Amino acid sequence: MHPAYSVILFTTASGAGYGLLALLGITGFNHGQASSIAFALTAMIAALGLVTIGLLSSTFHLGHPERAWRAFSQWRSSWLSREGVAAVVAYVPALVFGLVWSGLVEAPRWIGAIGLITALMAAITVYCTAKIYQTLVTVRAWNQPLTVPVYMLFSLSTGATLLTAIAAAFGRFQPFQAMLAIAALLAVAVLKVLYWRAIDAAPRTHSIEAATGLGRIGAVSQWELPHTSENFVQREMGYAVARKHAEMLRKLVLLLLAIAALLMLVSLAAPLLSMIAATVSLAAAVVERWLFFAEAQHVSSLYYGATTA
Amino acid sequence: MTSLPDTSMPGQKKLGLVIDLDTCVGCQACATSCKEWNTQGYSAPLTDTNPQGADVTGVWLNRIHGYEVKELGQEQSRIVHFPRSCLHCETPACVTVCPTGASYKRAEDGIVLVNPETCIGCKLCSWACPYGAREYDQSHGVMKKCTLCVDRIYNENFAEEDRIPACVKACPTGARHFGDLGDPKSAVSQLVEERRGYDLLPDMGMKPVNKYLPPRARRDATTVKAEALPKGDGSALDRLFAWADKALSRATPPKRRDDVDYSGKLEG
Repeated sequence: MHPAYSVILFTTASGAGYGLLALLGITGFNHGQASSIAFALTAMIAALGLVTIGLLSSTFHLGHPERAWRAFSQWRSSWLSREGVAAVVAYVPALVFGLVWSGLVEAPRWIGAIGLITALMAAITVYCTAKIYQTLVTVRAWNQPLTVPVYMLFSLSTGATLLTAIAAAFGRFQPFQAMLAIAALLAVAVLKVLYWRAIDAAPRTHSIEAATGLGRIGAVSQWELPHTSENFVQREMGYAVARKHAEMLRKLVLLLLAIAALLMLVSLAAPLLSMIAATVSLAAAVVERWLFFAEAQHVSSLYYGATTA
Repeated sequence: MTSLPDTSMPGQKKLGLVIDLDTCVGCQACATSCKEWNTQGYSAPLTDTNPQGADVTGVWLNRIHGYEVKELGQEQSRIVHFPRSCLHCETPACVTVCPTGASYKRAEDGIVLVNPETCIGCKLCSWACPYGAREYDQSHGVMKKCTLCVDRIYNENFAEEDRIPACVKACPTGARHFGDLGDPKSAVSQLVEERRGYDLLPDMGMKPVNKYLPPRARRDATTVKAEALPKGDGSALDRLFAWADKALSRATPPKRRDDVDYSGKLEG
């Protein structure tokens, strides 16, 4: 699958934003009003800023961005529509939470409940994003049970590193938050390795013979393309990263996750290092997301000469 | 509305194509005719990018592939021309994933269409289609697909015999058939029944309406298997008979065998 940069930026930026938002909501639920208004506002602006940049960038790859509002209508059948609805709905509790948690609006009794609703809406939105990919039966590497957990955990791990880093910048470094970030980073690495094992082991049940139905006669191979230059289907669905590059990029993702976790560990002694850890964890998410697209093979590639999918 | 219409009623109209892989010669007449009609039809135009340049690319709703099939027990492989377009599936994922309702399946005849006025060009429908049937129009920013020539088949300005899709009209070998596959008595349904027409990638769960008729078993002189003769004892008389048989087999053209299995399944 063609890795569109707008979609990679969207899923990683909004993922990190929602992860941070969810953790802030839980922080509010646990501790009530933030102790520093500057910290609270910075964290909220970072979370909602990332979410908004992500959502805006997702409209960049549309042919008609001005019609994007129409995407809120088909939530009954479409995960993409559900994601759009959830993303917009999530702004409401998030903005209210930002106001009461920071103390701009005095309503300490409501912080806990609104914090939990905010966290829940953030989780639902990321879940919807992951379901867009996981429900596509045409892409074997995405139509896997681990696709959704990996998306959610990447969101949590990048959100957790950001929370630790922002807190550190305001001199409010919390060892507990750093430990949570380390746990999330390690968990996502484990889950991603399991995911890669799963997609490598998943049987390639679709063949060029099945796609053409000509297997009843014999072994099928491509003889002639229907056209002389690449068409949309080949460009969009036929993109494939070379196997050896995929191997290298998989290692790079794990390396970046390990570096981020290690830096986070060191930040227990030198809190400001958590800012580098957050940057590295975002880099890991971007490489992983690029690979998520580039590694995935679409079943329609069978019509263009792929032997199995 | 991208939720699918209830098409479970018996007698539900399912308009579609039946494509005969036995008679298709890969002439591309259907593809060019499709392009010509649809570039001025429902979702017009079907644009080309850089049409005079070296790297020309464009939107086509019908593509004709060529596959080489190596048959078991045959020395020569055979070429099968394979037209590929939207199959107007009964449960199309391209419709249900659409966030805007631009992609829809018509309840009255099962045709799957994209409304070019409301499509946002997110391309998710093309990801959901296993058949690569949808093509994005870069210059219009909307998705294009086969309309089953919805603007021809109900067109009362046309003579009755012209109310068929452009591809069917153009096919010089009669390899493309159009009709109601929901009606078991229709000519297309009968053809599918008789020739054991099949679905592409049935396990994808899209329940395609369009059917493909398999190539018939080969029956030409170069490829038909020599009939097994009873083994002789190697005597001079036996060798004479063998020689005579061989000579006569070469001289007389192979007659059309009536016991050929037309289902496309090979004997032995």
